[in-house]
Amino acid sequence: MKTRILGFAALLAVLAATVNGLFVVPADLNQGDAQRIMYVHVASAWLAYLSFGVTAMAGIGYLVRRDLRLDAIALAGAEVGVMFTAFAIWGGMMWGRPVWGVFWQWEDPRLTTTALLLALYAGYLLFRRLTDDPHRRAARAAVVGLIAAIDIPIVHFSVIWWRGLHQGPTIGDPGKILTPSAPPLFVLALMSMLAAFTLVWSYLMIRRYQLARTEWQIEEHGRLGRISAARRSFSTESVSEEAAP
Amino acid sequence: MSALRRNATIALAIARKDALAELRGRQAVGSTIFFAALVLLLFGFALGPDSRRLAEAAPGLLWLAIVFGGLLTVARLHQLEADDGALEQLALYPVDRRAAYAGKALAGAGAMLLLGGLLLPVVAILYGVPLGAAWLPLAVTVILGSVGFAAVGTAYAGLTVRMRAREVMLPLLMLPIVAPLLLAAVKATVAAVAGDPFGELGAWLQLLAGFDIVMLIAGAATYGFLLEE
Repeated sequence: MKTRILGFAALLAVLAATVNGLFVVPADLNQGDAQRIMYVHVASAWLAYLSFGVTAMAGIGYLVRRDLRLDAIALAGAEVGVMFTAFAIWGGMMWGRPVWGVFWQWEDPRLTTTALLLALYAGYLLFRRLTDDPHRRAARAAVVGLIAAIDIPIVHFSVIWWRGLHQGPTIGDPGKILTPSAPPLFVLALMSMLAAFTLVWSYLMIRRYQLARTEWQIEEHGRLGRISAARRSFSTESVSEEAAP
Repeated sequence: MSALRRNATIALAIARKDALAELRGRQAVGSTIFFAALVLLLFGFALGPDSRRLAEAAPGLLWLAIVFGGLLTVARLHQLEADDGALEQLALYPVDRRAAYAGKALAGAGAMLLLGGLLLPVVAILYGVPLGAAWLPLAVTVILGSVGFAAVGTAYAGLTVRMRAREVMLPLLMLPIVAPLLLAAVKATVAAVAGDPFGELGAWLQLLAGFDIVMLIAGAATYGFLLEE
């Protein structure tokens, strides 16, 4: 019930932040309405990083504590994170088309980093599906999530150098919008969108966690059912063997 | 100090065992190198007969071939163990897991080094790139790249060796992880071949070394969890 209230609150917050971002805040002088994509784009990118951080920490926690609830949190983080990453990339491409003239800008370090991020954690999710034993899956996934998280800063720096060492800085860097010269109205709109998205994020994380726990219980139930069925057939066999001679 | 020395001895013993198995069996490394050379040949067909274009793309193609060949190499090193049921015995040895990891990674790095060292002349001949003049920076790049690839590959091959669909999962997990390594190694190779006109070679080698150190620590810290299962 509490989760449902959170869900409705998140929905209302996103609606309010969307109305604010689309109609209340004025359009950017240089980029026009396209700049409004920034509010959802940057907010989802930040939440994607948060999700993957949660996945890595929960994974370490699992390796230390061996508690499957922590693994459920790690799974929730990866799944929600992949969704926000895909959303951020989609937003970036929609923004890049009018501003840069192309969907994909190889010189933008964030876009390329985010694409690798999506590949890393899509791999993580695929990987999870291939191991059946819950504890084994949790331990393996924790290692994958940890190495992936360690890789993110290296990827980021390498991609920045890749561009930076080679040629001058590109125009239209999304980060420049957040410099202190950005109008406070824009920053406020971004912050309210971020707050709304964080509510959505919390709601999705909780729901995914609950779902993972339910799935796990069903798995466990099925396993216990199989064990007891095997035991029953074994005991009837032994009874009939005893009766035979 | 003595613990460190003992671990080093264990690591060397494990690496020596892998090298011996490889020398006597002669299965993995030889065919992997042949495969990678074949990839280089096919890149030549794919990019057309324009020799200038091929020479331009050569560093990238070289490292892609090393990555593809390397995937097979690291998978092979664990597959051999798993096939013989030796991985369980490795897990049962009363030794430090980090030493076991170091040994496997050392063997992997050696195989990768052989692969890279033999592919360099193939690239020089096929694509007409004068690699001989820049042999020292190229050797450093190949060594750092081999160590980094083996560091990640050993952990991930240990992770996937007992899984379903491991042939797909290992590249799927590893390729995005080694993307910065590929990027830095290609850039370092380009800089080395061109005589480092912009003075950026050192930065890329540092990035490679940083990648190696971080991934070796991560692999050593987690390899025990993978063996324990």
